[in-house]
Amino acid sequence: MADAGNSAAIAEAFADGPAYVPYLVVGDPDYDSSKAYVEALDRGGADVIELGLPFSEPIAEGSTIQEALVRSLDAGMTPDRFFAFAEELDVDAALVCMTYYNLIYQYGSGKARSASDASGETASAGPRPFVERAAAAGIEGLVVPDLPAEEADPLREACDEFGLDLVFIVAPTTQGDRLDRIMANVSGYVYVQARLGTTGARSDVSDQTTESLDRLREYDVPKAVGFGISTGEHAERIVAGGADGIIVGSALVDIVAEGVEDDLSTAAVADRLEALSRELKDGAERGYAARVEAAEAAESTPPESR
Amino acid sequence: MSETDTRTTDEAESARRPGRERGREDGKFGRYGGQYVPEALMPAIEELTDAYERYVLDNEDGFMDEFRERLADFGGRPTPLQRADRLSERYDTEVYLKREDLVHGGAHKLNNALGQVLLAKYMGKERIIAETGAGQHGTATAMAAAHLDMPCTIYMGERDINRQRPNVFRMKLNGSEVKPVTTGRGTLKEAISETMRDWAATVEDTHYVIGSIVGPHPFPVMVRDFQAVISEEAREQSIEKTGGLPTDVVACAGGGSNTMGSFAEFVDDEAVDLHAVEAGGSTLEVDEEAGVAPNSASLFAGDEGVLHGARTKLLQDSDGQIMESHSVSSGLDYAGVGPELAYLVDEGRVSPVAVDDDAALEGFHRLSSTEGIIPALETAHAFGFVEEHHEELGERVVVNVSGRGDKDLDAAIEETDKRDIAGAPDMSMFTGGI
Repeated sequence: MADAGNSAAIAEAFADGPAYVPYLVVGDPDYDSSKAYVEALDRGGADVIELGLPFSEPIAEGSTIQEALVRSLDAGMTPDRFFAFAEELDVDAALVCMTYYNLIYQYGSGKARSASDASGETASAGPRPFVERAAAAGIEGLVVPDLPAEEADPLREACDEFGLDLVFIVAPTTQGDRLDRIMANVSGYVYVQARLGTTGARSDVSDQTTESLDRLREYDVPKAVGFGISTGEHAERIVAGGADGIIVGSALVDIVAEGVEDDLSTAAVADRLEALSRELKDGAERGYAARVEAAEAAESTPPESR
Repeated sequence: MSETDTRTTDEAESARRPGRERGREDGKFGRYGGQYVPEALMPAIEELTDAYERYVLDNEDGFMDEFRERLADFGGRPTPLQRADRLSERYDTEVYLKREDLVHGGAHKLNNALGQVLLAKYMGKERIIAETGAGQHGTATAMAAAHLDMPCTIYMGERDINRQRPNVFRMKLNGSEVKPVTTGRGTLKEAISETMRDWAATVEDTHYVIGSIVGPHPFPVMVRDFQAVISEEAREQSIEKTGGLPTDVVACAGGGSNTMGSFAEFVDDEAVDLHAVEAGGSTLEVDEEAGVAPNSASLFAGDEGVLHGARTKLLQDSDGQIMESHSVSSGLDYAGVGPELAYLVDEGRVSPVAVDDDAALEGFHRLSSTEGIIPALETAHAFGFVEEHHEELGERVVVNVSGRGDKDLDAAIEETDKRDIAGAPDMSMFTGGI
């Protein structure tokens, strides 16, 4: 059900003012630094944190995040290490895992691959073991950018069983039956893609965002807008425009990448992540205040003078 | 012929050939196939599905007529089905060669590229993009785009660009822009991701020409239908020339476009055995620690997963990360395979078999010296199979010569020099490039 999410923690994150939803790739550039970085997001005011579990073929990502996924894989990240990481985190924010379907589908299949395994009849365990393990690690929801609603039944059933939300992405081009089908499957929040293209920080915020929010108005599920948000001012405008939350990925991953390039200390990078988080969160709250004010002004204005 | 007549014929045709209908309705081949793509691409996929049904399946606006005419005039079709006299004698069986190496550009790749670029034109798209690994699909797409006057951008990994300079030059000669991909490791899979990225941002005016029977629906069925001209011709030619169907059809398989093209019309002829010959590379053993499969045998040794928009058979580690594949022939070097082939293998209709680098090299030299045809290294795998398994084959074998080997001469010299191949010329004087 769109309006009854599985995770109380995610519902809570959106219940009271705008949610700040940052994303980082787990294990980028290494396990320990990455933990410090995620905890910095939490200190900076994160309400939900999207943790990227790297897949070798990330077709939905821009180059910023793709490079981060490669750094993490090169440093040895695996699904099991990812879950251990989530368990060790000391954060207040609700945790959501963002990854590609093949990793979810293969997890726990325990297949030994060799030339002798040539029968073609290998039974996958399906998505259930991954979801069960994620729930045990304290993950509250999943975002799977290459899984369309049409193929999502087994994963949604597992998420319902273990109390996870399944977040779907809605693009500026998503309309009609497709939009209805997605919104019938989504839980927790809907990820509103602000513009066409893949992830990546941009300097402008698209008109497509406003149109998308208008299209989603009738659906009773929190709307978090992502793709291209990099400043407090963006966050303010998007929340003032009706978003219930903002998702920020590439702008944060950029900070991690600069840390690698300039050989900065983990503490210095963490400070910058915390500072940008605070700016984004403050921006979102200013936008929310402006929206509440505008709504109140509209209500107190007599209808005939509107 | 009136419209009614056409429909009656089509219906009779599809009743006779249920294999040709497979996947057209919903993009599913048993449990394989599907549309595992980012939401931003779905409208483009739906638009393409609609165009495929109207223009390719229903021949709206005479699309298929124009396609066939251009395949004939620009592409040089039909290609011959030629009896290979010396191989027939060697194996004591009738060996016939389907000469796709004679298609314009030197490979079957044009069949698909021309079909898709023409379709893009009918759809009112203004721009073509494609990815390429070794450059074969890129050069075919660049030729088709120039022929049909469409601007074209080809994404190619930086490492591949350095390894395949002549193909880069060919694409540029045809007026295409070649964009180097520097992210990640700079090879085919990064190029695929980069092309998807471009498409996600430009879907409204751009068509992405996928080079094989892979990717989300409708690509696997559409590419099969464009490539099926190979088996449509071969089936008729076999009946005409020999009075009957072949006992066996043999084709190499990477992504699987020449394979499915060679098999499509024979899938319903149950007496015809279909052999998909994969690149066994140096070994079928997998180095899971390093994430490397030194082969490209996804049908033979892979297992089920989701890659590049489809559920299919893959080379992957136990976490589900995709492995780096390997083959002496870059065109077979892919960790996945078309979902329809994965299905036909599970059904027992297609036999997958792996031929290693050594046997492929021997096949390359054997066809060159005995039949006067220098095959692509991809194609050479099919001849490696015939050599190793000829005693199990029936009395009339059709082998698809998917491409010619001119593009592979540098690689062939280098690989031959490393080995001791009976009857092969001494390559030492050529090493270092020709």
